[in-house]
Amino acid sequence: MTGRTSTLTARLAVLARPGRARALAGFGLAAVLLMAVAPVLLSPFRLGLLGKFLCLAMVAVGIGLAWGRGGLLTLGQGVYFGLGAYLMAMHLKLADAGPGGVPDFMLLYGTGEVPGWWEPLRSPVVALALVVLVPAALAAVLGWAVFTRRVRGAYFAILSQALAAAFAILLIGQQQTTGGTNGLNGFRSFFGYDLADPVNQRMLYLIAAGVLIVMVVVARQLMVSRFGEVLVAVRDQEDRVRFLGYDPAAVKTAVYVVAAVMAAVGGALFVPIVGIISPADVGVVPSIGFLVGVAIGGRATLLGPVLGSVAVSWAQTTMSEQFPSGWIYLQGALFILVVAFLPGGLASLRTTLRRRRRPAREEEPGAPAPVSSDGPPAADLLPEGSRA
Amino acid sequence: MRPRSSTGTTGTTRTATITRPVVASLAVLAVAVLTACGAKVDAAGGGASSSAAAGCVDTSGDAVKVGFLNSLSGTMAISEQTVHDSLQLAADEINADGGVLGKQLEIVSEDGQSEPTVFAEKASKLITSDCVAAVFGGWTSASRKAMLPVFEANDSLLFYPVQYEGLESSENIFYTGATTNQQIVPALDYLAEQGAKSLFLVGSDYVFPRTANKIINAYAAAHDIEIVGEEYAPLGHTDFSTIVNKVKAADADAVFNTLNGDSNVAFFKEYNNAGLSADDMPVVSVSIAEEEVGGIGVDNIEGQLTAWNYYQTVDSPENDAFVKAFKAEYGEDRPTSDPMEAAYTSLYLWRAMVEKAESFDVADVQEAADGVTFDAPEGTVVVDGDNHHVAKTALIGRIGDDGLIHTEWSSQEPIEPDPFLEGYDWAEDLS
Repeated sequence: MTGRTSTLTARLAVLARPGRARALAGFGLAAVLLMAVAPVLLSPFRLGLLGKFLCLAMVAVGIGLAWGRGGLLTLGQGVYFGLGAYLMAMHLKLADAGPGGVPDFMLLYGTGEVPGWWEPLRSPVVALALVVLVPAALAAVLGWAVFTRRVRGAYFAILSQALAAAFAILLIGQQQTTGGTNGLNGFRSFFGYDLADPVNQRMLYLIAAGVLIVMVVVARQLMVSRFGEVLVAVRDQEDRVRFLGYDPAAVKTAVYVVAAVMAAVGGALFVPIVGIISPADVGVVPSIGFLVGVAIGGRATLLGPVLGSVAVSWAQTTMSEQFPSGWIYLQGALFILVVAFLPGGLASLRTTLRRRRRPAREEEPGAPAPVSSDGPPAADLLPEGSRA
Repeated sequence: MRPRSSTGTTGTTRTATITRPVVASLAVLAVAVLTACGAKVDAAGGGASSSAAAGCVDTSGDAVKVGFLNSLSGTMAISEQTVHDSLQLAADEINADGGVLGKQLEIVSEDGQSEPTVFAEKASKLITSDCVAAVFGGWTSASRKAMLPVFEANDSLLFYPVQYEGLESSENIFYTGATTNQQIVPALDYLAEQGAKSLFLVGSDYVFPRTANKIINAYAAAHDIEIVGEEYAPLGHTDFSTIVNKVKAADADAVFNTLNGDSNVAFFKEYNNAGLSADDMPVVSVSIAEEEVGGIGVDNIEGQLTAWNYYQTVDSPENDAFVKAFKAEYGEDRPTSDPMEAAYTSLYLWRAMVEKAESFDVADVQEAADGVTFDAPEGTVVVDGDNHHVAKTALIGRIGDDGLIHTEWSSQEPIEPDPFLEGYDWAEDLS
């Protein structure tokens, strides 16, 4: 027991330290809130909504890495989110149809036969593997092709956005095999568990919360690793990194793949929790929506993207419930306020406030460093290319 | 903002070694919590799954909640706002008339945001959080398809007020708009009667036009009509020069138009520019109502045909009262259209069902539904208890220079709903 208490005190000592340790304390608190407190306090409907927000936050973690740390303004994460979601949805559809069965929408609008490229998804193992592998492979190929040609900044942003647009159009056009604008929905079970059962819905929420926590841990480990340092260096001075002998294309591709996988896993969990995936969830507008949360939260910080993403989703839902006909103006006003007064995102709120209050004085010694201490300067919020 | 030098990574490496154990232990904690919960679910889920949330509708007070779920933002807002307005009108009228079973209606409005996913979420919210007795709304097929599993899982009721592509019949949905045999099939009958031997199909690329055209192809094959072309444009597409050129070259007897939204504006402008007119090649549209005529411009579309079950010009005391009440509430310049009328009717039909059942309970309402009638602005409608659609009279209309649509042809009597087209030999292979 003594050994345990000593590690505990060591831990507490760590938590009492300024800066990152404080962020970590917040992170631990968030974990307890998500896994233990929220399921008790929230009604099943609200818990499901929170689960949905957490899935969207997974995309945000990836964007935080790729954009905040790597400077890759990716406006097309909807593609990877959509790939993960559609692969999972296809599996659930096939599982509901039973062995050799045909999903209902194919009987109505299609040929009544399951196309060959759907067949491998009947197996749960293959489906889970493909949810990760397909987006990873696409991101690797695309990233390598783009980054070795030194496409960056606004050009990369436009390219990634065009990809999202093309993906949505492709899905809409293939109504017989992808459900078209209707998308895929009406899932009854998730790997054998009845989706209508509230106990299973809570399990899904807990899985989402657990996966998100693991992702934040991974993101943190990446940030503090050597790779994370090279990544920030690539963001700030790509040419110098190249002169030092690193290959920026490999670094960027790696972080792009990580972001893609995180988005795909978020998408795959979104499907059973929300119960539907449609092209409206994966196109250009939702892709930009992912980015908004990250920007508002503070893109270069560890928890900023997660908190920003959840806050934006939550605000959107709450405002639209309170003011069904006017919420969209409120949301717009909120964005303008944040961009105008908090360009570093909500994570920079403390710094900004402190500076306003004591403009002349230096920061007190020993005062906790703001979470955004590793955040970029305001000008950094612009895409890389627009600074050049 | 701090100067850039402080964004350096030296601080990062210093704390990394200290915080790593914390991170690791948190990860272990997460996994532990997860497996614990997984096991619990395994034990609970092993037996029969507990039923979905039981109805929580509160009918003890002197008010009862109903939900209106329309897109008040996004691309569909322009159409769905009109439905929302007419639902509100019906609710006000019913409340002024003593409510339903003596209870005033309390409206809970939600914005579907023109996105199927949001429709599903808000439907779930209305049913499980607000505990409404019934929900009224939806427009696009995608929004209905998204809501259907939610209403079935929670065993609640949706009243859907828009004409649609058929091939659906849920216990938990009442369809007060037309199904295909009350709109598209009569329109084809009319064209065949007028001697049309060839048709060109133009539509937006989504489920309604594709299914409608599948039906039209089957009809044409059985009735000796040639389909000389079938073209789709993405929703929101506004460049129709290519498609109109194909239409012109094909020189069909008529065009069947299932385009939706703004695309119609561009299509009809291009149609007129190409020198085509209602006289030499009429266009029959199934998604253009009074509301849209103003947007497209009367000049662009005058003389063209539409297929619906209601027009503002329908001559009946019920319609006079409806149009008058709507204009008094929302302004003289606001027209009334088929989906608005179907939505208005849907609230009255629900009221009639509840009063017949003497209960707000979903099962009781479903049981009482068969044969419920309402003297709607379009004429008397009757609910079919088997497929949950309503019998409606089909009306082919011609768009006049006043921007209104005038009935050109009518099916004489209400057509029984047949969503799966089971009563039509030529439609055997469709579903």
